Amino acid sequence: MSNSNAGSHTLSSYLTGYVIALVLTAIPFAFAWAGWFSVRTTLLVVALTAIIQVVVHLVYFLHINYRTTAKENLLALAFAGVLIFLMIGGTLWIMFDLHYQML
Amino acid sequence: MSVEATAHGAVHGENAKYEDREFGFWVYLMTDSLIFALAFATYVVMIQNYAEGPTQKDLFSLGHTAGETFLLLTSTLTFGFASLSMRAGQASRVMLWLAVTMILGVGFVGMELAEFSGMIAAGAGPQRSGMLTAFFTLVGTHGVHVTLGSLGIFVMICQVAVKGLTRPVRSRLTRLAMFWHFLDIVWIGIFSVVYLPGIL
Repeated sequence: MSNSNAGSHTLSSYLTGYVIALVLTAIPFAFAWAGWFSVRTTLLVVALTAIIQVVVHLVYFLHINYRTTAKENLLALAFAGVLIFLMIGGTLWIMFDLHYQML
Repeated sequence: MSVEATAHGAVHGENAKYEDREFGFWVYLMTDSLIFALAFATYVVMIQNYAEGPTQKDLFSLGHTAGETFLLLTSTLTFGFASLSMRAGQASRVMLWLAVTMILGVGFVGMELAEFSGMIAAGAGPQRSGMLTAFFTLVGTHGVHVTLGSLGIFVMICQVAVKGLTRPVRSRLTRLAMFWHFLDIVWIGIFSVVYLPGIL
């Protein structure tokens, strides 16, 4: 996965990733610091910018893309994503349902 | 011709060997992400289990977290510079950028240790409440990874100095870069799930 894709291994791609990541970090920190919106809206902004920033890191720093990244690497990543979704989603679903039932 | 063909075959086999190792390391990172996923899930379940102790709002400082985030994000960029220098075959630049990355990583760990020791001194250690146990488990596990990563960078600086940018050294650097960039992704999760919602 590392030596085949010269395209994303350039100074400008690393700098682009860094600047986008900085902006995507500054936005949620500013929202949390200033408290312009309700807690619910702020949490939504934090979640959205976090998800986008994870993708930015995968693309610009770990050089993941559909063209040159080996299929096994993408499969492992997708499989980990499914497992993370099941584990976190399942845990929260069960525990908060339990919490609700015990009230 | 046959000698060339054999040499070519050997180089090809050599590359395949290192690509296999990089794939293996990628699988390790994916399993490591599952450990963090479970630590995140545990923290969110325990998020209000204060045991009448301090809450996130009493303990977290936005400025401190912003500083840690800046150090780690910048270190991911400087490791990128080291990777670029490696591809260009500039050993001294690789060592320079690795050293900068290590200093930023150690700075991050130092800030985290200052935060932890301040919390423990204020009676908000991991034994105080379920929330704090889950907090120290999640953030501490990440901190241990960054500490080991910094140690790894130190070892690689020595290897580049002694052995130069040989094929095995470059492969190790590539895997260490994956590890370091991965840790920054985990940190995005930590400030988005733990610190920012905590101070709201």
